This record gives sequence, structure tokens and C-alpha cells, in this order.
Amino acid sequence: MSTAHHGGTGTPVDVNDPKLTRFDIVKEGLRRDDIEIVTYESQFQGANSKAEKRVVRNISLLFIISGLGALAFVVFYIIWPWRYELGNNRSDYFTPILGGTLGVSLFALGIGILAWAKKLLPHELSIQQRHGDPSSDEERLITGQTMMYVADELGVQRRPLLKGAIAIGVAPLGLAVGAPLVGGLIQNPHKDKRPIMYHTGFDKEANGGKPVRLTREDGSPIRPEDVSTGGQLTVYPGIPGGATNKYADSPTLLIHLRSDDAATARAAADSDKNGRNKGSMWGNYVAYSKICTHAGCPASLYEQQTNRLLCPCHQSQFLITDNAQPVFGPATRRLPMLPLSVDDEGFFVATSDFKDTVGPDFWERP
Amino acid sequence: MKRRKLDPAAATANFAKGVDDRFQAATPLRGLLNKVFPDHWSFLLGEIALFSFIVLLLSGVFLTLFFDPTMKEVAYHGSYLGLRGTEMSGAYESALNLSFEVRGGLFMRQMHHWAALLFMASIVVHMARVFFTGAFRKPREVNWVIGVVLFLLGFFAGFTGYSLPDDGLSGTGLRIASAIMLSLPVIGTWLSAAIFGGEYPGELIIGRFYIAHVLLIPGILLALISVHLGIVFKQKHTQWPGPLRTNENVVGERMFPRYAMKQGGFFMAVAGVIALMAGLFQINPIWLFGPYRAAEVSSASQPDWYVMFMDGLVRLMPNWQIYFGDYSLPPLFWPAVVGLGALFTLPMLYPWLEARKLKDTRTHHLLQRPRDNPERVGIGMMALTFFIIATISGGNDVIADKFHISLNAMTWAGRIGLLILPPIAYYMSVRICLGLQQHDREVLAHGVETGIIKRLPNGQFVEVHQPLGPVDDHGHPIPLEYAGWVVPKKMNKLGALAPAVKGFFYPVEKPADIPVSPAPISSGEREEISSKS
Repeated sequence: MSTAHHGGTGTPVDVNDPKLTRFDIVKEGLRRDDIEIVTYESQFQGANSKAEKRVVRNISLLFIISGLGALAFVVFYIIWPWRYELGNNRSDYFTPILGGTLGVSLFALGIGILAWAKKLLPHELSIQQRHGDPSSDEERLITGQTMMYVADELGVQRRPLLKGAIAIGVAPLGLAVGAPLVGGLIQNPHKDKRPIMYHTGFDKEANGGKPVRLTREDGSPIRPEDVSTGGQLTVYPGIPGGATNKYADSPTLLIHLRSDDAATARAAADSDKNGRNKGSMWGNYVAYSKICTHAGCPASLYEQQTNRLLCPCHQSQFLITDNAQPVFGPATRRLPMLPLSVDDEGFFVATSDFKDTVGPDFWERP
Repeated sequence: MKRRKLDPAAATANFAKGVDDRFQAATPLRGLLNKVFPDHWSFLLGEIALFSFIVLLLSGVFLTLFFDPTMKEVAYHGSYLGLRGTEMSGAYESALNLSFEVRGGLFMRQMHHWAALLFMASIVVHMARVFFTGAFRKPREVNWVIGVVLFLLGFFAGFTGYSLPDDGLSGTGLRIASAIMLSLPVIGTWLSAAIFGGEYPGELIIGRFYIAHVLLIPGILLALISVHLGIVFKQKHTQWPGPLRTNENVVGERMFPRYAMKQGGFFMAVAGVIALMAGLFQINPIWLFGPYRAAEVSSASQPDWYVMFMDGLVRLMPNWQIYFGDYSLPPLFWPAVVGLGALFTLPMLYPWLEARKLKDTRTHHLLQRPRDNPERVGIGMMALTFFIIATISGGNDVIADKFHISLNAMTWAGRIGLLILPPIAYYMSVRICLGLQQHDREVLAHGVETGIIKRLPNGQFVEVHQPLGPVDDHGHPIPLEYAGWVVPKKMNKLGALAPAVKGFFYPVEKPADIPVSPAPISSGEREEISSKS
């Protein structure tokens, strides 16, 4: 192994020479790796200088702090009351104590190691040659020809039957691998006779033809006098599970407008271009889908003074007294209106499902 | 029987011999020990991302031991009184239990979340460093592309991760994600139905996000990070220009011991900072948000910071819907699908675009100071400005609320700013770069300003300049060539001041003697400078 290796410049030394120091042997290795140490000097004047001792003391201190921090972490982890309890008590400090002790421990260890490397180890400046040259043209040619030869060996060009057999016989295997993944995930969104995309829990047909009541989250029905003038209430379809996320498109905002606003709203609804909203109000009450037509967040911030409904996600604003048309923000489409009525027992019902499709817009929305 | 004496040195040597017999490890190992790394603080930004990723893996494994990704409705009976009796999904319940019933669970959850935020932040800063210094140029284009993909994967890892607890806030994010899928032309409803397993929200999405978040995405991340580092290792790190440094060498220090120790220490320090943040700063208090209900959301609903740019773009997009007969394209499509796609593909293509523009086919291992390529800095600042305005707009409701500004005004400011400010940022940064270049050239031509004003016999006042190199017969400096590296511009950089005394609280060495005159000047006439004048 005494012969020089790749790239090494300078004169090789005999590494078995007993006169060599360990550093000499290291330098021989560096020479073989094409590395030159330009400067390599201790940061201190003389071994065991006052400055060096001081640095060593500081680093030791950091390591001790690290150990104490870790120990404190374990001790507090075991003894500190950690279960959550209501009110201000000692368990509130459990997480901060864990973070503080572990953080200090890790940070002190990190700084200690960094200080060791930066302050105690000799300063060095080494130069390594990159050898980033691309392969020679000859090498490229050989590798290229080898690859071409591999193709020759397979002889697909000479054997057209094999080529056809691969295309026809094996290619379907790729489809077979992909089919379960795609096929398992694919769901036809239009497959139901009444695709749920276009219907909500207020759909009369799904309720055996009976109009669906408007209920609170707990399922209790609502009388007109339950909503004060200018007030609003989030309502859900009065069917089993109507307030759950199964009917995520159903939440609706029932608003009791002041009489002058109600007149404006009624005029707007009755003169609706496509006539869908005509006669959907009941008295001064109006109900609009709460699901924003932009990205589907609940448009839940109602400003009584301006009769505007704001969606907190992207700040689309809908004017309730004008068929809930969007007046600002990224939404294009008005909120769908729920046609209201009151049944024999005096509770609010929806005379039919929403006339427009609820929720965010999509390509084939009617 | 006589016990054989165990000689540790011989045993170790034997073991090493055995390893080398089998794996021929000695030569490559020596190469590894000796590998030279260039050193600069800005090369460590990517390390922060790597270290945060390690913390993410460790804390994430802990969380999986307790988290249950089910959407079955259960009633909560845990120790957090505010939600007792509330119907919620099993995922939300187990996330609450993880926070309240597992000793140290909240700490680990917060550590995971903070590490994720730091991971993404350090990727962004690291990418800025790589971009502005031209480190992406040949032969490193592929590694730049991998870096962009890593950001994209981190984006999806983060989104799937914070969706898992199924709390009020993350459910809203999911709802928006489904709306974004729906906005795709033709396939929108099919894609959403495929991913959610039918109508939104269905009962599958948390389980699907879970496997994506704990296996698929981290698996790809881990593989790509390995390739990323492998390429850095193979191609050797770039370095700044400077004394001794050329395009063919690496000037720095050997990997072992000093460089590796610095890496290890830095890892500990990063982990320590994450632990401190996890303990002291609350993040994502899911118990305050309640379970996800389709009808409930509060104002100030913000995603994690690295998703905010997208939310901001969605907020700023005007309500332009395009109709094709019975079909239509919602405005959500443009910022969320096209915008996100463009923000990732354009940076990926940039290395080739720039090389094409500059007709540059050379290999570059030396970095460029940002000022030396003003157009690149301009483009980068333009992109950053766009990103920052979009991110700020993602929180424009909070800004409007806290500073009592009209929300509509914030939206309009964002819309206008998004169009106007990036070009301004481009122009300003190009001008600043040119100005800095100019100043470098000035100093190289005339020398460093000394601050000494001299009056000439004719009454004229001139400032004395300290030449950086040789001077001609008239005492005028011979202009120096710019070397692509820092030009000293202050007298103390030339040794006009004594070096700083070592020691933090008290000096550990004697102050050096104050030099009588600054740096040695070769020959010829020169202005006499004294630090006492």
C-alpha cells in the first residue's frame, strides 16, 4: 500500500516509518485525498495557558448545566402534578417546566459542543481539489455502447413478435396494478337519483313528502316568536342527525328582519330574475343557507345594521335584503334561499329544499 | 484455567481489520473523515430544516402512539370540563386526550407543531440564500428542484397534519380544500368524491390524511432529503469567492472533528430552541376551537403560516366566474390551483431560464454576491414581495380588526399591492445592487475613505484615501480588479484599529498595542496617516 493513490500530489512518505508522528500519517492520508492543510494552529499560546483553562472551565460548566437541566426534566416529569384541572393551579406549569428544563439542557449541550469546536480545537484552513470533471469522451462512449449492447442482447428489435407480446401481453399488468387504486377511490358524485350534491337535509322527498321543520342544534323546533326582531339563529333540518356533519350542507341562517328591511327583502325576492326566491319569505322572516358559495365556510358573521352577512374565511359579503347577493369579496353566487312557512303547530318548516345548489361552486352546477 | 488477558487496543484493531476485510471500508472512511467543507453561517440555514425534520420524526412517532384517526362520533368524558358531554369525532377526542390525559403529551404535541413551523420557515430562508447567491446554477439545478419539491411536500405534510385533530379550525381548512378540488374544471366533483369517499365530509378523510401524513409524505420527504444531501455530498458544497478559493477547490476545514462537532452542537441548539418554544409558547390550542361543526367558525380563522399565502391569494381574487354554456369555472380555481401550481413550477424552471438568458453553460462552484447579479436579486425580491403580500392578506381580517382598518380597504390594498409592489421591489433592488457595485468599484479605484480632510496649498479641501493596492508615480492608486468578494470599506478592516480584546466580562489577554499607521503600503509616495492626528 505504499504506492501513491489517485490524485495525490507531492512526495509520498513511508507510513511504516517508526519516526513518523501520528499527524505525519494523517497528512499522508490528506495528501492521498488531495487535501492540503494551509494553516493549522492552536488558538492558545502554549499548552495549559490561562485562557485555555478558562475556556475548558466554561465548557465544562455548560455540560454540567445540560446534565442538571435533563435531570430536572426527569424529576419534574415524575413529581409535578400534571393532570389538567380547572382554574389556576400548579398543573398549568407542567408543560412550561418541561420545555424550560429540556430546552435549557439541549441548548447548553449545543453551545458547549459548539464552544469546544470553535474555541478549543486548532484553527485550520484546508484546501481540497474538487475533481468535478465530467467523464472523458472515451468513458462516455464505452458506457453508451454498453447500454446499446444490452438492448442488442435483448434483441427486441430483431424479434418483433416479442415487442408485440410485451405491448399486448404485459402492458395490461400495469393497468391491473392501477385499477384497484383508482377504481376503489372513484365514486360517481351523480350516481344517486337525487345526488346529495344538489340536496340538503331540508329535502321534502327524503322526509316522506312532509315539509322538514327548522330546528335548533338540540333538535327543538322553532316558533316565530323565538327569534327577536333583528335577531338571527342558526337552524338545522329537523330530521335524525340533521345537526351533524352528515348534513354538512344544511346549516341555515334564520333571520328576523326589521319591518322596513323586510319590505326591501320581499320586494327583491319577489322580483327575482329567475323567480326562484319568489314568495320564500314568511312574514319578516328570511332563511338563507349558511354555507358560503365561495369555499364552503359557514358565513356566520351577521351585521344587523347593514344586513350584511360576512364569511370569516375569505371575507365574502352578502346583502341579505337583496337575495343575499355577494357585494364584496371572492364569492360570485348568491346564498341559496330556503322557502319558509309555519306548520299547523306553529313551528317553522321549509316548504321545499333550497332552490339553488348549496355550497361551493363547481363545473357542472346547474 | 488461565484467563487470557484482553488487550483493548489489539481487540479494536482486530475488529477494524475484520470490518475492512469484509467491507473494504478503510479508504472510503478516510476520505469521509478528511472531506473538506467550506464554512459560512448562511450554509447552516438548510441544516435547521434538517434538524427540525429529525425532531418532527421523533415527536411524530410519539404522537402516533396515542392518536386515533377515526371519525366515529363519541361523547367526550375527559378532564377538560369545557367540552364534557360534547359529541365529537374520535380523532378530536384522542387529540384532546393526548393533550390532557397523557403525561407530557401536550408538550410533545406543541414540539411537533413548532418543529413543523420552523421546518417550513428554515426551508424558505434556505431557498432564499440559495437563490440570491446563485447556488442553484449548474451543476446544482436538480438539487434546487428537489428543494422546491421538498417545500411543496412540507406544505402538504403540514396541511394533512393540522387537519388530523378534526377541531373546529382544521375542519374549516378541510372544507376549503374540498372547495378547491370542486373548483377544478370537469373533474372537480369526481376528485372531491374520490378523496373524501363521497360527499364532504364523509367518514374517511381523517383516516386517509393520517396514512398520508405518517407514512406516504414523510416517506417521500425522507427519501428526497437523503437524495438532496447525497447530491450536496457528491457535488461538494459551493463556497464564496475569496483568498485561495477557486472554482476547482474547496477551502474550509475537514469534516472531522471540528466541522462535525459544530453540526452536532447546532443540532442540539436547534432542538433546544424548539423545546423551549414548545414549553413556553402555546400553539394550536385545539380545545378552544371545539369539535368541527359545519355551521360553526370564528373570525380570525388562519391556517399555519406557510399556507397563509394561498389563503391570502384566495381572499384577494376578484369574483370573476367564467361561464361555458351550462358549465362554469369558479374564481377559486385561479389562486388555489393555477396560483399554487405556478408558484412551484416557475421557481423549478428558473435555473434553466437564467442559464438560457445569460447563455451560461459553465459549471459554477463559487457563489455570487447578490449585488453581482442585480436582475436575479430583482426577480427574487419580486417573488418574495408577492409571497409576503399574499401571506399578510391571509391575515387581513386580523389586521383590520386590530388596527381598526376597514376590511374592504385591506382587501383592496392587497389586490393593488400584489400588482404594484413586486415591480417596485424589482426596480429598487436592482438599483440598490447597482449602487453597491458602484461603491465597490469606487473603493477599488480610489481606496478607503479615511475621514481625514486635508487642505491643499490652493485652499482646496480633499479627503485622504487609503489605497488598497499599489500606487503609481503620482501616488494615485492603480485600480484593482473586483474579485467577487467583500471589499474592505472601513479603516478598521485594514487594521487601523487594534483587534478586539478577548473575553466577555473581563479581558483574558492584554490589549494589543495601537498601531501607529494602518496597513502596510507597498511603495511610492503616499499620504501619511496617523491615528492620533
